[in-house]
Order: sequence, then structure tokens, then C-alpha cells
Amino acid sequence: MRRGFIVVPWALALGLALAGCPREKRDFRSLPADSARTQPVRLVTLQPGSVLPAQKFSGPYDGNAYGISQGERLYVQYNCVGCHFHGGGGIGPPLMDELWVYGGSGQNIHDTIVQGRPNGMPSYGAHIPDDQIWMITAYVRSLSGQVEKPAAPSRSDELFPRPSEQARPRQQPKPEKARQPG
Amino acid sequence: MILALLLPNWIGGHSSLHSHGVQAARIENLWWLMFWVCSAVFVAVMVATGIAITRKTLPSGPPGPIAPQSRRRMTRVVAGAVGVTILTLFVLLFASVSTSRAVASLGAPKATVIKVTGHQWWWAVEYQDLNPSRIVTTANEIHIPAGRPVLIQLSSADVIHSFWVPSLHGKRDLIPGHDSAIWIQADRPGVYRGLCAEFCGHQHAHMDFLVIADPPDRYGAWYNAQLASSTLPATPSQQYGRQLFESGPCAVCHTIQGTDANGKLGPELTHLASRRTLAAAILPNTRGNLGGWIVDPQSLKPGSYMPANNLKPDELQAMLDYLGSLK
Amino acid sequence: MSAEPIDPGRTVEDPPADVPEADRRLLERTWEYASGLWGWLAEVDHTRIGVRYIATALIFFALGGIEALMMRVQLARPENGFLGPDLYNQVFTTHGSTMMFLFAVPIMLGLGVYLVPMMVGTRNLAFPRLNAFSYYVYLIGGLFLYAAFFLNTGPDAGWFAYVPLSGPQFSPGKRVDVWAQMITFTEISSLAVAVNLITTIFKQRAPGMSLNRIPIYVWAMLVTSFMVIFAMPAVMLSSLMLALDRLVDTHFFNPAEGGDALLWQHLFWFFGHPEVYIIFIPATGIVSTILAPFTRREVFGYMALVLSLVATGFIGFGLWVHHMFATGLPQLGLSFFTAASIMIAIPSGIQMFCWIATLWGGKLRFKTPLLYVLAFIFTFMIGGLTGVMLAAVPFNTQVHDTYFVVAHFHYVLIGGAVFPLLGGLFYWFPKMTGRMLSETWGKVSFALVFLGFQVTFFPQHILGFEGMPRRVYTYLPETGWGNLNLLSTVGAFILGLGVLVFVGNMLASMMSGAPAGDDPWESDTLEWSTSSPPPPYNFQYLPTVGARAPLWHRSENQPVVVGLRSDRREFLITGMLDADPDHRQVSPGPTIWPFFLSLGVGITFIVGIFTPWGLPIGAVPCAISLIAWFWPRGDQGHHVLKEKKS
Repeated sequence: MRRGFIVVPWALALGLALAGCPREKRDFRSLPADSARTQPVRLVTLQPGSVLPAQKFSGPYDGNAYGISQGERLYVQYNCVGCHFHGGGGIGPPLMDELWVYGGSGQNIHDTIVQGRPNGMPSYGAHIPDDQIWMITAYVRSLSGQVEKPAAPSRSDELFPRPSEQARPRQQPKPEKARQPG
Repeated sequence: MILALLLPNWIGGHSSLHSHGVQAARIENLWWLMFWVCSAVFVAVMVATGIAITRKTLPSGPPGPIAPQSRRRMTRVVAGAVGVTILTLFVLLFASVSTSRAVASLGAPKATVIKVTGHQWWWAVEYQDLNPSRIVTTANEIHIPAGRPVLIQLSSADVIHSFWVPSLHGKRDLIPGHDSAIWIQADRPGVYRGLCAEFCGHQHAHMDFLVIADPPDRYGAWYNAQLASSTLPATPSQQYGRQLFESGPCAVCHTIQGTDANGKLGPELTHLASRRTLAAAILPNTRGNLGGWIVDPQSLKPGSYMPANNLKPDELQAMLDYLGSLK
Repeated sequence: MSAEPIDPGRTVEDPPADVPEADRRLLERTWEYASGLWGWLAEVDHTRIGVRYIATALIFFALGGIEALMMRVQLARPENGFLGPDLYNQVFTTHGSTMMFLFAVPIMLGLGVYLVPMMVGTRNLAFPRLNAFSYYVYLIGGLFLYAAFFLNTGPDAGWFAYVPLSGPQFSPGKRVDVWAQMITFTEISSLAVAVNLITTIFKQRAPGMSLNRIPIYVWAMLVTSFMVIFAMPAVMLSSLMLALDRLVDTHFFNPAEGGDALLWQHLFWFFGHPEVYIIFIPATGIVSTILAPFTRREVFGYMALVLSLVATGFIGFGLWVHHMFATGLPQLGLSFFTAASIMIAIPSGIQMFCWIATLWGGKLRFKTPLLYVLAFIFTFMIGGLTGVMLAAVPFNTQVHDTYFVVAHFHYVLIGGAVFPLLGGLFYWFPKMTGRMLSETWGKVSFALVFLGFQVTFFPQHILGFEGMPRRVYTYLPETGWGNLNLLSTVGAFILGLGVLVFVGNMLASMMSGAPAGDDPWESDTLEWSTSSPPPPYNFQYLPTVGARAPLWHRSENQPVVVGLRSDRREFLITGMLDADPDHRQVSPGPTIWPFFLSLGVGITFIVGIFTPWGLPIGAVPCAISLIAWFWPRGDQGHHVLKEKKS
């Protein structure tokens, strides 16, 4: 009994320490180079044979609170708010709803930011480092409630016109036709 | 400039006991007064304690209360000591309040006004002027005219920081939502190191800055040089470097006046080569350090918001040629 | 069973001759500890819970010490790579939070839980079940913090967690939420103990222990408890506001939406400054207590010492802005706090002079407890004087947030609280365990601790003057701070070794130390009149008191209280001013509901940091436990017999 009092807590502590908590990880190193790879987006729904499942990769910062909060900072600093506002959309389509023209998975969003899209989305690849694009991707997913609540950002220290990302209900992504200009 | 970089203590004075400003000098005087007074008190108390524990006492019987006559004497001594304590404390209070008033009132009309904004983890510096074309924007290095009071306006872009130049004056916090201002003055020309003195996140340890006091004519010359737009590239390598800067990630965050780079997120780089240090005064401004900082800032300042840049060797050299020309 | 009916509440000169042994056996049965795991969890005895508090707090002290050693290793050389910035921030935050919330306050309150009932001559605290609950809540809070720390979710914004850095935008994730809830746990625990101590001290003193005969240690615990009640709510409120900002998007500290970042500092330091006096004042009580047996005289200046304690308690609430001298508040206001911060040196000075007067002319026995008291005088003087210096605003703006302040508060907290605590643990160890600690190893550990402490923290004054700021994970080589930092690290390891020897001495002596009698030190307070360790009922017959140092003034025919029932748990309630007997009070026996309530509280707060649903979810076990706890039981009704005998 007495030895158990000593051994068990330390074993537990060691186990916990090794497990860590992915939500709280703060890795300051860059991602490996192949994270910058983009995946092709299917432009039509027709496929020969069986329909392959859609792209599902959420991104390296998906449940990571630090990455998502950096994404929140970069979303404002790189002026995504200029077109998409704080998720409600304006010049660009809204990002807090369930409709995604070019796919709502992390890989899709990353590719959209890197490659740009017709009708006004600039191509940010090579202008923004790739790990920052993945952080923005994670934040954009949090706008529609796709990330786990404990990792999503709470209110920012700014004027606050809408509920914070952690209070958003989860919006299951659905495809949408591209908007025409005007 | 190169000589200054080669000297071992290029960093500038860092100690609040080596004051180079009139305010720091007053505070240092206050410190020495308090030190001697408190040391005297300490020695007196220790001597009394020492005597108390070493003096010979008559072997006493059972434990009990103190004898009445020695209690009366003891009471008088203790009361006297308390009286001396109260007087001493009043002396220190008076000294403190009068020093406070002396260091606060340093104003002067037509003084240089500098707005310092704290960011995680660097200092944005903007010289105020009613004429907008005479506003100088720089970062992490503040030049002031020696011998004249300068007003520093302090605000924060994110969390609480603290502006502290130990050789010149005490510190003042930069609190978001609470803009404040302090006067500083350097008695003599020199380089004085400043640092952030309020925990502000991962790289609070590496958030220094330099205050360089110049004689008035040299200050004027520096100011006018800073007003000029950036140096045009002279060689093909520098031209290539500028192109890389404008088309790559650099331009999204940094400004170089006279180019397409207009980012406002990081320090202004228009006259980068005229500064003595990099990365909030933690690295001497050399070609090697700049190259390392551009390619892998996280190994020097992990957690800072400068991202790594995977430049090819010739791109890096061209960039360094260009940035090294920005005097 | 007694042969004749005994009048309830009557005090007699001598207990009847045939009664004592039978009474004692019955008392033992009535008050016996429950056995097994259930018995351990259901414990309500103050000595056992007090020992748990002390043991748990010492374990947290060791963990905090390990964190300190990790920090010192990282800072020993410039640009060291032992801890990166993220881990260092977690380590220094957890070190500060552990030492302040999980070690210093709980151990002082826990020692009070152990000693106060015996020193005032009663059987148990006023609210034994609340006592048990407070321990479990403290334990859960501490375990919660450390589980989070091991999961990389340790708080990393400092033990003071200034906003906006600790706010939702700049501290993502749940780290700071863990900190805020740990505060809630420990503050509930401290408030509960404070309520217990105040009630016990006011209403359960031995007959004859009027206010001017209360031992100084008990006065210290009374003042501390009042300070806890007034100070803790401030930090509970501010941590609640921070938790709300982080969880449900309130704007208490958001300047853009009408909140204020400075509000946090005011609320936190309104608690934070009294907090350090909450830690220091019990230590002054320990010093006053130890001086008596080791100088063989009553401590000098009882009235002055008591009034100084009360004055410190009051003035301590008027100092908090001295932590904010660099924030740009108006000069006139700051000067007021300078004056108050300087003024609090007066009661501390009075205490110091009274202690030195006690030493003067006393017949000193240089045992380990007295050595710690002498070390306290030396070290606390230095710390207190640097504190007076820090009260001066201009000087403060130069050394605020530098290692000068780190040196100052370690001098006053270790010198002013830990040294007396170690001396006190040495002094009361025989009472708690029935065995003496080894005096040789006690002196060895004292030397290591004292020397190690001075080598660690004295150079830090100089580092502060050289401009080294606090809370930095490293520094540049050109600053020249490397050598003093290395010296400080060496000292830290010596200090750690000294603590290790002290703890080793405790563990070894628990098994094979020399047996101690009731009163090995020839002391003057009531706890030494019962056996070591004390029986569960503390005293077979509750003592009465005729003078200030009761054991040194015991007459041959000192009356005892007779007439309390031995077949159920009872103690005596007395009047507040003169402690004349008033009525008997029933005391609860072992019960599991405090433990279950603490689990319910734990669920509420821990789940609450992830979702607001934590409150309704946790409310269910809390409600069940509370209902079971307070369910009326027939045989535990009050006996309110107001028979006052002269």
C-alpha cells in the first residue's frame, strides 16, 4: 500500500507527460516542406465508376489552440477581413456558413488560399508562408464550428460584433455553385 | 559604426546604478540614501540581537514572566526604538515624495515627441511632427538629442509591455486602453540599452531596444537621413534582392518606403542598415546575423511572429545585398 | 458509565475518584477514528486533517522546489537550451502558483487547524465536516493543476495572470482556465478554514481564557482568518471574470468594448497583497510561540504584539497599488500607497523589537527551532528593509519587475515565513508524532538551508540593479549576468539539499526517533498538556486557564471541566470575551459526505472550464451531498442549557 502511494502517482505523471495534449502544443518550427502540396479539386460531380470520397484532411493545426489563434491574428493582419469580413462575407462569400464552393475540408481551404479562385480570390501561395496558410485554414474552419470547442478561439480584444468562434454551432459543409460577379 | 560594433560592450549601459540621465541620477541618490539608512538600521538590529543572544544571564529557575523592573526598562527601550523607527520612516517617505516630484517635472516646450508602440515582441517608433512629411518611422532604435528632455508617448498594440531604459529613468507600462507618457533625458551622448519589463509572452526575454543620444547636429543629420526614401538598388544583385522582397512574403509585413512593400505588421525596414541591431536589439546588425534571421528566425527567437523563409542561396545573397544597402 | 448523574455544564474542583478511567475508555470509544479507506475518507478529526494539510503542502513545496531548480538550471548560463520559452513560462507560472496557493497558505492554515483547538483547550474545530471538505477541495485543486501541468496544459501567463496576456486572444487553449479554476478551489478551501478558525477561537476557548490570555499564535490565526475572508473574494471574483471572459465572451477586461485591463491588476493585488500577510502573520505567531520555551520566559510585550498583528492585518489592505507603481496612475494616489507601505513597517518593527527584548536576558537553548527564529530575524530584516525601499515610487520604477523584487519577496517569504515554519515543524513534530527529530540532522539541514538561501537570493539584488528583468527564460551573454546567475543556481541546489535533509529527518524520525513525552520542550501552551500524539478527544477533561502562559502558571488545584458527556461527542461553548462556560455543543462523527461534496464541486469546476454545462452537471452530485450532509439526525440536536455558574 505504501509503495503504491509512491509509485502510482509518478507513473501516472510520467504517462500524462508523455501523452501531452495536442490542443496545447506550441511548436514554433515550420512544417515540413511537403505540407505545401496542394491537392487537385474536382470541378464536376461526374466520376467514372464508384464515387471516391471527398477530400477530408483537416490540416496540421486542426485541434491546436495556438495554431488557430495565430490563424485568427493572421486572418485580420493579412486582410482576409477585407473581403470576407469576420466570416459573414461581403465582397467575398461568407465563411461561417455551411456552403463551400471549392470544398470545406482543411486541404480544400488551404488550396483555395494558395491557388486563388476565379472571381476575386487572390492566390497567396509564396506570398504567405505555408504554415501560416495552414493556421489561417484552421481558423477559417473554426468560423463555421468545425474545430473542437476547447481549441476554438473565444472573444478577441477588439470590438465584438458577433459570437466568438467557440460559440458557433457546427455547420456541416455542403457544396455550392460558384457565385457570378455582379 | 563598425568600430562600435567591434567594441566588447557595444550594448550600451544597462545598469540603473550607472545613471546617465538626470532622472536616473535622482533615483540613484534616493537609493543610496535609503541604502545607508537601512543598513544602519540593519546593523543596529543585528548588534542588538547579537548582544541579546550572547550576553550572560543568571541561571534562572522555572520558566516564567520577565521581572517587573526589567520589563519597565525594556518597555522604555522598545518604545524609544519604535519612535526612532517612525522618524526614520518619515525621512524616507519625504525623500521618496520629493524625488517623485523632481523626476516627473522634466517638461520643455518644443521638445521632441516620440510615439512608441509596443508589439509582441518589438518596438514601433514614430517621431511626431505637425508636418506629416517630417514624421520618421523606425523600429527598435530611438535616437534622441543629448541633453534635452524628450517626451515618449506609450501605447500598446496587444498586451501589456513596459518601457525601461535603466540608465536614464524608471519604467512605465504600456497598457492597451491606457495610453501614457514619460519624459526622459540623456545627459551625455551615448548608447543606452532599454528592455521590456513586463511579461508579455514567449519572447519577453528578447524584447530590447536602444536609445542613442547624439549631439544636436548629429541628431539632426540622422533625422534628415531617416526622412529620405529608401536607397535605390545600385547593382543587379541588389535589384534582384529588391524584387524578391517586393514579390515575396516580406512585403506583406514590412514597409520599405519607395518600394511596393507596404506591410504594417512588422518593423519598418526603410533604413535597416543604419541600425546597430536586429530583432529587437538582440543581434548585432551583421550580414550573417541578418541572413540567419531571415532564413530561420525561430531558432533565434522561438515563438516570434517572423516566419521562416526558405530562400535559395543566391536569393538570400541578393536579399542581403539589397537590405545591406538600405542606409 | 458514571455512577451518579453529573450536572451538565458544571465545573468542579476535582473529578470524582472512580470516574476518570471509565470515562477515558468511554471517550476513546466515542471519539475513535474510523478505520479502512472509508474511515480515511470520512475523517473529521482536526489533528488528522491538519497533518494531511501539512503533508500535502510539503509535497507541493517539493514540486514547487523542483520547478525552481529547473528554472535555475535554465538561467545558470546565458542562452541556455534546457527549457524553451513555452515550457519555461509554464514552469515559472506553476512554481509561483504552487508556492503561493498550494503550499504557503494551506500549510499555515493547516498548522492552525492542527494547533488551534488544542491551544484554546477544546476537542475539535467548530465545523469538523467543513474542515474535511476544505481539505478535499484543496487536494482536488492541487491535483487538477498538476494533472494539467503534466498534460502540457499548465498555465503560462504568470501566477498573477495579467490581462490581456492571460485573456482569450493571447492565451489560447485551456491553460489559463486551469489556473483560474485552481484559484477557485484553493480559495474555497481557505475561506472554509478561516470560518472554522474564527468560530473556534471566539466560541470554544477554555474557561478562563479571556481575550488577553489567548496565545499569540491563536491571535495570529484569528487575524489571518479575517484577512482571508476579506481578501479571497477579490481574487475569486477576478478569476471568475477572467474565466467568463474566456468561456462565454464577456468583456470585463476588453478595452475595446468598455472593459479595462487595469481592473484586473486592482482586483488581483487587492487580494495579492493581503495574501502575503496571510502567509506572514501565522509565521510571526510561530516565532512568538517558539521564543517562550527556548528563552524560558514569556514573550515580551504581549499587548504590543497582539495590536501589531491586528494593525498589520488592517494596514495590509491599503497597500495593493504598490504592485502597480509603473502603470501610470496619478502621482498623488501613488504617494498615498507609498505612505501606507512605509507605515506597515511600524507594526513589524514593534514585533521585531519585542522579540529581541524577549531574547535579551532569556536563558537561551540553541536548539534547531531557535536557530530558525534567529535566521528569521536576520533574513526578514533584510527583506523588510528592501520592502521599505520598494515603497518609494521612483526607486520602485527602477527595480520593479527585476530580480531585485524577486530577491525581496523571497527574503520576506522564505525568511519571514518558511524559516519560522521549519522551526515550527521541528518544534511541534514531537507533539504530532510522539517522536523527537534528530537535533544533529536538524542543525545540518538548518545550515544548508540558511547558507543555500543566502547564496541563492542575495546576488539577485545585484542582478536587479544590473537590469535583469523577471520572467525571462534566458538572457544575452553580453549582459554579464551569467556569473551571478550561476552562483544563484549553486545556492539553489544547496537550499534544495537542505530541504531534502529536513524531510529525510522527518521521515526517519517518524520511524525511529527518540520517543517524546507530553512536553519535551517545557513549553507554556495548552497543547503540551496532553499526550504526544494527542488522543482523538484532545483532553480527557477540558482545561481551564488562569493566566497567559497556562502551563507555566498551573496551580496545584487547577480546575478542569467535568460534566461533558463521554458517550457522545461534545465540547464546551464559552463566551466571546471572558470565555465563561455557556452551553455544550454536539460534534459530528466521521461522515463521507464532505468527500462526496468535494467531488461534486470538483466536477462542477473542472467540467466548467470546458463548457458552461459544467454547472448544471456538477450541481447534481453537490445537491445530493449537501442534502445528505445536512439531513437532520435526532441524536445530534443541540443541547442549549444556558446554566451559567459563577
